Amino acid sequence: MTSLSRDDVANLARLARIEMSDEELVNLSNEFTVILDAVARVQEVAGADVQPTSHPLPLRNVFRPDVVVASLTPEEALSGAPSQEESRFRVPQILGEE
Amino acid sequence: MIRNSAAEMAAKLNSGEITSVELTRLHLDRIASVDTEVHAFLYVNNEGALAQAAEVDAKRAAGEKMSPLAGVPLALKDVMTQKGVPTTCGSKILEGWRPPYDSTVVTNLKKNGIVILGKTNMDEFAMGSSTENSAYGPTHNPWDLSRIPGGSGGGSSAALAAFEAPLAIGTDTGGSIRQPAAVTGTVGVKPTYGGVSRFGLVAFSSSLDQAGPCARTVLDAALLHEAIAGHDPKDSTSINAPVPQVVAAAKSGDVKGMKIGVVKELNGDGYQSGVRSRFEESLELLAAAGAEIVEVSAPNFEYALAAYYLIAPSECSSNLARFDAMRYGLRVGDVDGASAESVMNLTREVGFGREVKRRIILGTYALSSGYYDAYYGSAQKVRTLITQDFNNAFEKCDVMVSPTCPTTAFKIGEKSNDPIAMYLNDIATIPVNMAGIGGMSLPAGLAPEDGLPVGFQIMAPAMQDDRMYLVGAALEAALLSKWGAPLLSKIPALAGA
Repeated sequence: MTSLSRDDVANLARLARIEMSDEELVNLSNEFTVILDAVARVQEVAGADVQPTSHPLPLRNVFRPDVVVASLTPEEALSGAPSQEESRFRVPQILGEE
Repeated sequence: MIRNSAAEMAAKLNSGEITSVELTRLHLDRIASVDTEVHAFLYVNNEGALAQAAEVDAKRAAGEKMSPLAGVPLALKDVMTQKGVPTTCGSKILEGWRPPYDSTVVTNLKKNGIVILGKTNMDEFAMGSSTENSAYGPTHNPWDLSRIPGGSGGGSSAALAAFEAPLAIGTDTGGSIRQPAAVTGTVGVKPTYGGVSRFGLVAFSSSLDQAGPCARTVLDAALLHEAIAGHDPKDSTSINAPVPQVVAAAKSGDVKGMKIGVVKELNGDGYQSGVRSRFEESLELLAAAGAEIVEVSAPNFEYALAAYYLIAPSECSSNLARFDAMRYGLRVGDVDGASAESVMNLTREVGFGREVKRRIILGTYALSSGYYDAYYGSAQKVRTLITQDFNNAFEKCDVMVSPTCPTTAFKIGEKSNDPIAMYLNDIATIPVNMAGIGGMSLPAGLAPEDGLPVGFQIMAPAMQDDRMYLVGAALEAALLSKWGAPLLSKIPALAGA
């Protein structure tokens, strides 16, 4: 039986960029024991000789002609922005604090 | 009038018996009177719908050539972008967002003059089987308001069953069109993967997501299918081939000599007795209509659910990374000196619901190094085995059939604290998504023990969607002559009506 500790879940939440309360971490850790047990069944059946399928269609690269087509105006592109400045998205600080 | 099929409404629009503005207003009035009970809609676009209807009426009056469904109203699942109209995906993280562009499905609907009434409720980002995971509260099944309308597209299915709209758009990643159709006594079709463009469909699991038609009759679904399907250069996974002739198939309904394969593994234990008896009855009717019933086996289907709950969360953990609080949607904690990372963490904590977080974390785990091969890698191999099962079975039959769901609609709240029990709803619908083929659910009657609708599922090989409509139309006609009236004529009246 696979299980994830509270700290394992905390690490996954950090990787997934989701803040979580201690209660949420503990709940998820408990639920994951059951869920992982159920999904681990995939390991029972697929042997090394089976090719994986990532996608239902046998597509490779799909190209379009390299021509300029109409796109969103800056106003449209920024219409949902939580914050903007001089026709740009205004975002919080992305580099470490000095 | 609102109880008519879309095809009947279209005929009355053509003959001048009613205008699209009148028909649209009838539906908007119906929504106003019953949707406080049903809660199928997250947003009703009164003005936009009436303006679109007026435009269709003007074109018709000017003698322009009209599309078959021109002027008929439709309910749009809130996972599809429509320019300027709020699109939430049932999530707080997109509350108030108005997309600056139309999805290709919406472009096609508008081109065909189909009037979009508003946006329907859904499980957050289409993750769920009950519509209880919507951040805006659950939708109620019009057959019994204490029960779920299915999910994730419970708003669309409930809108049809409550006569709030004759047509709707759904999306189906693991059954989100077919399971809601089954539990509300309506028709829902998941086309072949790539048959309908995903451009503007907010992605949950890109290799599984597929938009499709929801309706009250097989012919209506076919008419809508042809209106929205076709190649789209904006979606690189869209199939560049002619759309299967589904309307002709729905009008024919001739199943003489067709081989119908009953999937041995999708029946029996775990299926409610009334679900099984209605399914058996449907098989007898199809046999009487001239089809040959054969048994087929798909031994790897029993692993489909486990594989799905690795593949879909894995893809979702990647797709939902776009909700980063930077360019659109909710932003929380943007105080002086806060880092982008802390804003993102706080926004996603507040903006996502429990099920979405659960799946993102599960997907993050399944894709992490050291576990990738054991989980995601194995799941992809199971996907190959399921596709092989379908290929083998389709050598012995033209379509495969099963009950759509193991049970009829359950009570709201009954399974919300048990994710595994909730996931089991999708046991018969998921294999179709894994293989990228087409699936349809249509009403097979009511389960005797609870008086609730049962769904009959038809599965067809990729790009042979017309076969589902042939069989669906045959079964629908046989059941109609047996019942004397459509199943939805038995639905209890809503108090508001």
